[in-house]
Amino acid sequence: MTEPSTLVVLPVLTERNRHFWQGGAQGHLTFLRCQTCGYYLHPPIPVCPVDQSKDLKPEAVSGRATLASYSVNHHPWLPGFELPYVVALVEIPEQPALRLTTNLVNCPLDEIEIGMALRVVFRHFEDPGGDVWLPLFEPDGDRP
Amino acid sequence: MTTRDGLAEKHCAVSGIGQSDVGRRLGRDPLELTLDACYAAVADAGLTPADIDGLSTYPGGMAVPKGFTGASAYETLDAMRLEVNWFDSGVETSGQLGSVMKACMAIGAGMADHVLCFRSVWEGSAQGAGGRASLGPGGGQGGTIYAGDFQQWMLPFGSAGAPIWVALFAQAHMQRYGTTPEQLAQIALNARRNAGLNPKAIYRDPMTLEDYFNSRMITTPLRLFDCDVPCDGATAFVVSRRALAEDLAKPPVYIEAMGAALHDRPSWDQLRDLTRTVGADAAAQMWSRTTLTPADVDIAEIYDGFSYLTMLWLEALGLCGTGESGAFVEGGTRIALDGSLPLNTAGGQLSAGRLHGYGFFHEACVQLRGEGGARQVATRPKVAAVAAGGGNTCGCFLLSTEA
Repeated sequence: MTEPSTLVVLPVLTERNRHFWQGGAQGHLTFLRCQTCGYYLHPPIPVCPVDQSKDLKPEAVSGRATLASYSVNHHPWLPGFELPYVVALVEIPEQPALRLTTNLVNCPLDEIEIGMALRVVFRHFEDPGGDVWLPLFEPDGDRP
Repeated sequence: MTTRDGLAEKHCAVSGIGQSDVGRRLGRDPLELTLDACYAAVADAGLTPADIDGLSTYPGGMAVPKGFTGASAYETLDAMRLEVNWFDSGVETSGQLGSVMKACMAIGAGMADHVLCFRSVWEGSAQGAGGRASLGPGGGQGGTIYAGDFQQWMLPFGSAGAPIWVALFAQAHMQRYGTTPEQLAQIALNARRNAGLNPKAIYRDPMTLEDYFNSRMITTPLRLFDCDVPCDGATAFVVSRRALAEDLAKPPVYIEAMGAALHDRPSWDQLRDLTRTVGADAAAQMWSRTTLTPADVDIAEIYDGFSYLTMLWLEALGLCGTGESGAFVEGGTRIALDGSLPLNTAGGQLSAGRLHGYGFFHEACVQLRGEGGARQVATRPKVAAVAAGGGNTCGCFLLSTEA
């Protein structure tokens, strides 16, 4: 199969975000979590906004999500992105309003439904600055 | 509770308004357009540049995105040889009109008497024939590009900008409240109808519902005609101390109330409720600073960078119920020039050009003064609601012909 896409957009890896973008190496969706109050910090920051604790550690979550909203994009904003593609907002069950902007994959367009059960699937990119695993989401066939 | 006299905007009125030529791609020096608008506003007030003792602009100098700003505060201060007691610019504020709020606060704080406010864009020329996509981050050559800061959470997934972020909100609204594409279309159709009566509008040919549905899908549910049109142009106001404004050339447009609040996360995807924006916080604050109510609003000039943002603002401002904006605009009669709440009477950014927030404030002043010509609302409006911005950057005003 020919790769239609030659453009890749990757995050700049920093000490603050590395756990998130490389969590996929172990197959885990990973968020920074306050060790004293349990709050997930996303995007990651150095101090918990709930209790001001600095005792924060990356922790894996279930990888499950529900589809909060989506848009089927038809416009070539970024050369190399095959059209159309589905931008999704997914909600992580571990914390209310903890969401990711991501892509919905492995789902026919006419089967997309807000509220549907999803699970994470990682796409691995090798990069000299450090490999990245983008968390994408697909329908979770094991759940209704 | 703050007393009425303690509110900065109660000391302020719009004394002058000005606007440069506006066009899709004028190919003119953006500083020239900026100065055209600024000098026009000063003259409209019956003042001279020597009277201007304050300056406020959004966003100030920025190299990218190209065309987003036509002149910085410093450039304009220098070009007009202004001698000011206070000046400010900045992009991190409560929408584009945050700059006008800061002008009011400067007057309320006794830092200035006549503050020149401006917003200048040349996105039409900057984007050139390639259109909006030419400003994308890709450059077309392939390879790997890197996204930092908040863009790292968006760009790797092709969530390349506000059209997609707003589309996600719109889709959630449609799902939750049953808002239909036909209802959304009314924002664009109404704008085009009014633009036909505005000689400076960019797109003036009539648009039918069929035309709307034939426009290409950008990102569901937003079509091309749901997205505003980049242009070149500048808009300026003089905000003056009330007591001084009353002796100037034009009848003052009084600033009755303003709202800047942001009670949710300044984010496009971590909001508590996807069907509500922080505009609701700004609007609640605005209504807390006046004895007027939504029932007093005669016209609404509301940001339409994307059609859906206007719907959200109608709800946020309490001009219709939460979730009811679709039904409110249905058929378009209520929001037409002869309807109960004329909306975006100059054609909005969708058809008159993306003057970026300032166009709405300008048009509100035009209508309140009765200077709208062919598009003047027949029963002379006394109170206008003005709102600009979307997502995490929202601000609003209530303007009145009465002190």
